[in-house]
Amino acid sequence: MKAVGIILAGGKNERLKQLSSIRATSAIPVGSHYRAIDFPLSNMTNSGIKKVAVITQYNSRSLHDHLSSPKWWDLGSKQGGLFVLSPYLSSDNSVWFRGTADSIYQNLNFLRRSKEEYVVIASGDCVYKMDYNEMLAYHKRKNADITIAYHRVPDGDDIRLYGVMEMDAHERMLDLEEKPLEPQSDLASIGVYIVRRQLLIDLIETIVPEGRYELVRDLFARYRKRLKIYGYHFEGYWRNLNNIHSYFDCNMDFLRRDIRNLFMAYIKTKPKDEPPAKYNAGATVSNCVVGSGAILNGHTSRSIIFRKVYTGENSRINNAIIMEGTTIGNNCIVEHAIIDKEVVINEGTQVIGTVESPVIISKGSVVK
Amino acid sequence: MRKKEMIAMLLAGGQGSRLGVLTATKAKPAISFGGKYRVIDFPMSNCINSGVDTVGVMTQYQPLQLNQHIGIGIPWDLDRRLGGVTILAPYLKSDQGEWYTGTANAIYQNMEFIEKYNPDYVLILSGDHIYKMNYAKMLDFHKENKCDVSIAALEVPWEEASRFGLMNVRADKRIYEFEEKPKNPKSNLANMGIYIFSWPVLRDALERDSHIHPDSDFGMHVLPMLLGESARMYAYPFGEYWMDVGTIESYWSANMDLVKTVPEFNLYEEFDKIYTDADHQPPMYTGPDAQVQATLLSEGCEVLGEVYNSVLGPGVIIEAGAQVRDSIIMENCYIGRNSRLHRVIADTNCSIGEGVVIGEGENLPNADKPRLYHTGITVLGEHTLIPDKVSIGKNCVVYGLTYPYDYQDGRLESGQSIIRETSIKGGSE
Repeated sequence: MKAVGIILAGGKNERLKQLSSIRATSAIPVGSHYRAIDFPLSNMTNSGIKKVAVITQYNSRSLHDHLSSPKWWDLGSKQGGLFVLSPYLSSDNSVWFRGTADSIYQNLNFLRRSKEEYVVIASGDCVYKMDYNEMLAYHKRKNADITIAYHRVPDGDDIRLYGVMEMDAHERMLDLEEKPLEPQSDLASIGVYIVRRQLLIDLIETIVPEGRYELVRDLFARYRKRLKIYGYHFEGYWRNLNNIHSYFDCNMDFLRRDIRNLFMAYIKTKPKDEPPAKYNAGATVSNCVVGSGAILNGHTSRSIIFRKVYTGENSRINNAIIMEGTTIGNNCIVEHAIIDKEVVINEGTQVIGTVESPVIISKGSVVK
Repeated sequence: MRKKEMIAMLLAGGQGSRLGVLTATKAKPAISFGGKYRVIDFPMSNCINSGVDTVGVMTQYQPLQLNQHIGIGIPWDLDRRLGGVTILAPYLKSDQGEWYTGTANAIYQNMEFIEKYNPDYVLILSGDHIYKMNYAKMLDFHKENKCDVSIAALEVPWEEASRFGLMNVRADKRIYEFEEKPKNPKSNLANMGIYIFSWPVLRDALERDSHIHPDSDFGMHVLPMLLGESARMYAYPFGEYWMDVGTIESYWSANMDLVKTVPEFNLYEEFDKIYTDADHQPPMYTGPDAQVQATLLSEGCEVLGEVYNSVLGPGVIIEAGAQVRDSIIMENCYIGRNSRLHRVIADTNCSIGEGVVIGEGENLPNADKPRLYHTGITVLGEHTLIPDKVSIGKNCVVYGLTYPYDYQDGRLESGQSIIRETSIKGGSE
């Protein structure tokens, strides 16, 4: 694929509460073995993109750790590479990224020094599988300046959390409004854009010095009449991890065989070299996704168990997300809960939320 | 080139013929162990965990799977600019080609490789054993005792000592005698086949012995020769878990050891992990009606049926209603609905149909190879296909694609075999 990739992983999301206060949203653990960024990153390499920049800002340590080596995503070649770009100080610049367009502007050399004709931009906190080649073929077919992928927001999901698009009969974008009060359609941008590299450089160099820092508002929406911007309907599975409910549901989707088959053998992640999971005598585990290195003794149902989790004898875990390295003692009850990494739940403790509002236990806490 | 203090030479060419069909298309170091690992992962990981970053792996018998597994050494951090892992296959010399004819001969033929790193010490390992060991500590022992050769010595129970090659030592652990399986053992220190040589001693010994023995072997030739010359040889005692998975039964029970609630061999330590090539990365899934107890599950396993006391490799699928007990099911096997398996070893990529029964019947030893298959375990070679609704007894061997007409009255009686080799897979039992 003649394109470079940019993953916008700088976002902070207050609606994810404690889960994102300590990490970039893109680094949030998902589906037992993965982090959110594995999905767009694997999409890029599986589409044949060899050079990817991940632009990050808030709590970038977690991302840096996860992306410490490019080789797990086959991005270790000399002609390509994985570039993790954070804000930096220089003689003429000492500001944080003021928006998505600004974050690209401050790293414009990445684009200037590439030779690929196109750029694929994706956000780092969405769970989906997409072949960007198909979208690029569409982009060329439409002779578009910019193509924006969208999907139809299912009932029950709040459209007002998204960038809502309106298209004409030929899929040319008429309007794009970020988090609108009065949404005019149920079509939401999924944060995947394709644009010619040189055009993107020119546009960014025009708008950012004018004090316009946002891709969606200041570029796509503002230029919708001057440029040919097209929508590309993505009909596959797509979830944004933008609030606790979508995060919870997206994890639980991994209990479906079709969803696991969609991602298995496709999404790459940093290997952790944990031994196999071990279900001891007396354990019952039903309808669960379980990570490697987990040792289970208790009764676990309808849950997503991450790597290296330990559950004690007679513990009961139901409808819960238990992240890496958490230890649950004997005789505990954990229900309707999201337990972050490395939590210790002492013997006999009950952690019970409701379906509407799961309990969240912060990373590293000890629950007595 | 920068000097390396110690490099490792790993002998991985052995067939492991007593493992029968499991080593039909791969060398013993390449067979799966503990679900996600292969046997060679243990010495390879020990090397990097001990700070030994230069490893020559000598292959000979059926090397394809081993070569693919090792690659450029990424899983073990052995992809290095200087050192790292090098596969050393036998090669053609100017006047003739020569296989590796013995353990010492294999090293002798690769002296040029060793010379390149100009090491002070050479660590000789075999790719056949399951254990965790810090070779750096053994090197300290080697230096403290100013050894020419140090040999790792497993402390075996006295009543079993007569089954091993033993080293008789003085109080300071200096070896004065080797004894092969003596009736009345004088020591319980068994030779583990792990040696540290001071390189000048090894180089000199290999050159001299190779003129005498064209099939130069450490245990039979080189070590006795050096002992006879009063070389400083010491036994380095090792009291932890060590297992030679040389037979079907020992291979099976070493795997079964791992499923105990507190196994003797601990894979769950935070440090000194065992690394392996991670083709599979997805998590495991256990279905709503699944029953899984005392079992190891590797990446990407899906269990909808029942599994007890078993080891499952990566990507294994056990369908609803199937029941697997006391078995080892390796990478990418598929077990169809309502099938029942008891004491089965299924090598990689087997596909077992619906309603199949394996491992039930009289415990008759295998008719063709009774010495290999006699403990009630039925073995399926890699890529074996078993059709729906057939029944297979104990101590059977099935290898290759089989169809209903291969099973008289839908049965394969205990001790019988079906071997269907295809030219694509090659190899022989």
